[in-house]
Amino acid sequence: MSTVVLLTLTGLGLGALYFLVASGLSLIFGLMDVLNFAHGALLSVGAYGTWWAASGHLPGAGADGPGFVLAVAFGTAAGTLAAVLLELAVIRPLYERPREQVLATVGVGLALPALLSAIWGADARPFPGPAALTGTFGLLGAQVPVNRLVLIAAALAVLAVLKLFLGRTRHGLVVRAGVEDRAMVTALGIDVRKAFTLVFAIGGAAAALGGALGGLYFGSVDPGQGTSLLIFAFVVVVMGGMGSVGGAALASVAVGLVQQFANYYTTAGLGDLAVVVLLAALLLVRPSGLTGRLA
Amino acid sequence: MTTATPEQTEVGAPPAAPAADRLRRLTRWWPAAPLLVLLTAPWSSLPLPGLLDGPLGSPGSLQLIALCLLFGALATGYDLLLGRTGLLSFGHALYFATGTYATNTVMLQAGLPFLPSALLGLLGGVALAALLGSVSLRMSGIGFSMVTLAFAQAGSILVERDPGGFTGGEEGRAAPAEQLPAALVGIEHTANLYWIALAYLVLTLAVVHRVVHSRTGRVWEGIRENERRVEVLGLRPYGFKLVAFVLAGTLAALGGIVYLLLTGGATPQTTTSDFTLSLLVMVVLGGSGTRWGPLVGGVLYTWADHRLGDLAGSGAVAGLPAVLRVPLSQPLFLLGTLFVLVVYLLPGGVVRLPGRLRAARERSRRVTERSRRVTR
Amino acid sequence: MNAEAQGGQALSGQALSGRAESVASLLRVRDLRVVIGGRHILHGVDLDVRAHGVTALLGRNGAGKTTTVRGILGLVPRTGSVLFDGTETVRLATHALVRRGIGYAPEDRGVFAGLSVAENLRLAERPGAGEPAYALVHELFPELRQRARQPAGTLSGGQQQMVAISRTLLNGNRLIIADEPTKGLAPKVVTEVAQVLERAAEAVPVLLVEQNLAMVRRLAEHCVVLADGRTAHHGPAAELLTDAEATRRLLGVGRHQGAAGPDATGPDATDRAPTGGPSADRTAVDAPPAARPHTDREH
Repeated sequence: MSTVVLLTLTGLGLGALYFLVASGLSLIFGLMDVLNFAHGALLSVGAYGTWWAASGHLPGAGADGPGFVLAVAFGTAAGTLAAVLLELAVIRPLYERPREQVLATVGVGLALPALLSAIWGADARPFPGPAALTGTFGLLGAQVPVNRLVLIAAALAVLAVLKLFLGRTRHGLVVRAGVEDRAMVTALGIDVRKAFTLVFAIGGAAAALGGALGGLYFGSVDPGQGTSLLIFAFVVVVMGGMGSVGGAALASVAVGLVQQFANYYTTAGLGDLAVVVLLAALLLVRPSGLTGRLA
Repeated sequence: MTTATPEQTEVGAPPAAPAADRLRRLTRWWPAAPLLVLLTAPWSSLPLPGLLDGPLGSPGSLQLIALCLLFGALATGYDLLLGRTGLLSFGHALYFATGTYATNTVMLQAGLPFLPSALLGLLGGVALAALLGSVSLRMSGIGFSMVTLAFAQAGSILVERDPGGFTGGEEGRAAPAEQLPAALVGIEHTANLYWIALAYLVLTLAVVHRVVHSRTGRVWEGIRENERRVEVLGLRPYGFKLVAFVLAGTLAALGGIVYLLLTGGATPQTTTSDFTLSLLVMVVLGGSGTRWGPLVGGVLYTWADHRLGDLAGSGAVAGLPAVLRVPLSQPLFLLGTLFVLVVYLLPGGVVRLPGRLRAARERSRRVTERSRRVTR
Repeated sequence: MNAEAQGGQALSGQALSGRAESVASLLRVRDLRVVIGGRHILHGVDLDVRAHGVTALLGRNGAGKTTTVRGILGLVPRTGSVLFDGTETVRLATHALVRRGIGYAPEDRGVFAGLSVAENLRLAERPGAGEPAYALVHELFPELRQRARQPAGTLSGGQQQMVAISRTLLNGNRLIIADEPTKGLAPKVVTEVAQVLERAAEAVPVLLVEQNLAMVRRLAEHCVVLADGRTAHHGPAAELLTDAEATRRLLGVGRHQGAAGPDATGPDATDRAPTGGPSADRTAVDAPPAARPHTDREH
């Protein structure tokens, strides 16, 4: 029983991390038809930003208490800024050329982690975190690390904020309409490019938050962390339906749980394998997973 | 330099001016000159400071050049999909790694000698490409990219998890030296490996050149431009795309076998999606859909990847301020940035650069002439 | 009317501007060319939309009507000249042009299926450009008010068309472009749409792409006919539609429909026809009567 509890919460924690990456990825693809290969790098920027601030480089920030909150905010802001710059400087000039846009994100996805390892080294760095978040707590006989709960709470908060944004604001309405038919949105007199930048900012913020809190989950940061998560985020995006935030939430929970349980109860690695094979099967059986629009 | 040039000269050359015609026919054979240079490289002791660590004919240099040629060829094969047929596959590493791992595993587990193992490895690559290609190509566009990515990722996970101890997991597995032909083992035989890499490159270039100018190649071009129009002509794009996929997979598997010889083992890095992305970068960097572009891109990328790191450690770079030194120490940063710049500023890749410069010069010359005429 | 005799006279900017004093044109398109994927869809379309009433854009399937509309709006890459109210707009982005006062109801209605009716309408609001005219929309289509919260994808085709047209009426637009608003609708709904467009045209000029000639006859004063991506004819709508031969040649409508011609000479059609006479009817030189085979698809 205690194993099941631990596996479930760990799987949910991992799913939360996937959701933080995949929600932005999904919105960006749904709205702009751009598969953002640099999205993992945005997560890394968030992770390194938080690590850098929490290691005492940012005045007021630290590894504990409000200092850590400030560090996470700093990391998230850094990732958001990087995402906005990416959209304005790299994606926008290639407007209406989706293949070149994808290629450009591949280049950025290559260059950014390389830059991080040029500055801070290619090896993993221990991630500082508040004592309250690094411990464990007892639940039904299991000793569950607290950081799982932090990730789950963060993902739920992001989901709620995204739902509110999409459902209640005019910008959210434009994003939802743009996911369905971008050209028609411009034909109604709306500058859809503003929505592009906005979606990149939101996606970057969520991914960077994932990086900041993923540091707690993994206990360390390394430049390749984001990129290795990216493929599973792709799986989530496709499973959940491109452009659907709710779908991404469900799919990330499913992927996280399947991975944890399969890896534990069968051979290690089979869970990862199952998930990617599932992706291929899903695409072939239900190609509309790619075109399924915002629900 | 586009692939169409030779044909155009053949067909379009006027019968008059036989001297110019002969000259043109002669210049058509210009690739023979660099080939001759490459063939004689192992006997040369020419030092190329900066470009290479030791003299041209030294084992270290030959090894690096051979890697450059191998990746040039691999990129050329990958471009059959990307540049010639318009298929964006994120799973090309799988077929390359199949060539490497299958050959190595057959040698290690079944104890077969190298040649039969290589043949089996190649067949394995072909079969896998045919199987997964026929499934993946049921999707088009980004869906195809994602399916190929998923399959390749599955392969990568399998290799890293090392089921049954066949693959050696994260360490990879060295090739059994005693089962390889003696002439292909040891540092003193680097030249032989170099020639194998060169032969692989020539073979790939010849195959790609030939098939691109065949009827199939013209259908590929049609598919790349507009798949619907090919269908209107009564052709089934699926079959033609599958041919491209299997051919590219076969060339990749062959390259994997050459890689096994060249590096003496199988490494899991060659299975990753990053590996495929690096092929993508090579092709686009050099010039997708051109005859020499992928080769140029592959050579450039491989050289930069291996040499820039060394250069960064050298005195010349160490003296630079941190702002310059730090990015220079990371070849991937430079390559990624260069790649983005090429996507932006030089669609068509590095090989289009001379043509563009010539056109720009021509333009400016015409402008100056016109202004001269005006002043007169 | 002898269109053939005038066939040698190409439609040119000058030929039109010579008469421009009498009828000001709100939208003036010259030499509009569209190339998509290496294929020339439009080879030079000229058209004028007058400052009042309905101008119909006609042509056979594949002649380039929808592409022309999309080209005017910048939804496809295009070259040429598009003067809207005297200002060149060919370099403007779609949204910037639309904000100058254009309402567009596209061929496929362009309704956002996953959004509710109210949300579809809200998207058409232009913040900072005056109060949206919900009163008008709800008066014309009371149904939409009742169905405000319903997802637009679950509406019938006619109701979706109401949403599409409502979006063009919500703002004080100076031009409405409606691309085949009656396509695929039940006859009763066609009449309803026609009434609404008729009423809208009293206040705002309309560029109407239409296959339904009865609709054209009822609404349009002026018409422009495309063939093979070029302007093949323009003139008073009633004149074209009463000329069975020209109708058949330009629009590919069969003889039995041409026989309906006499109906169109009834009071409804004649009292709308301007007094331009034969001189108003010009035929482009490069559109031979036997139209070339069309393979172009409209997009």
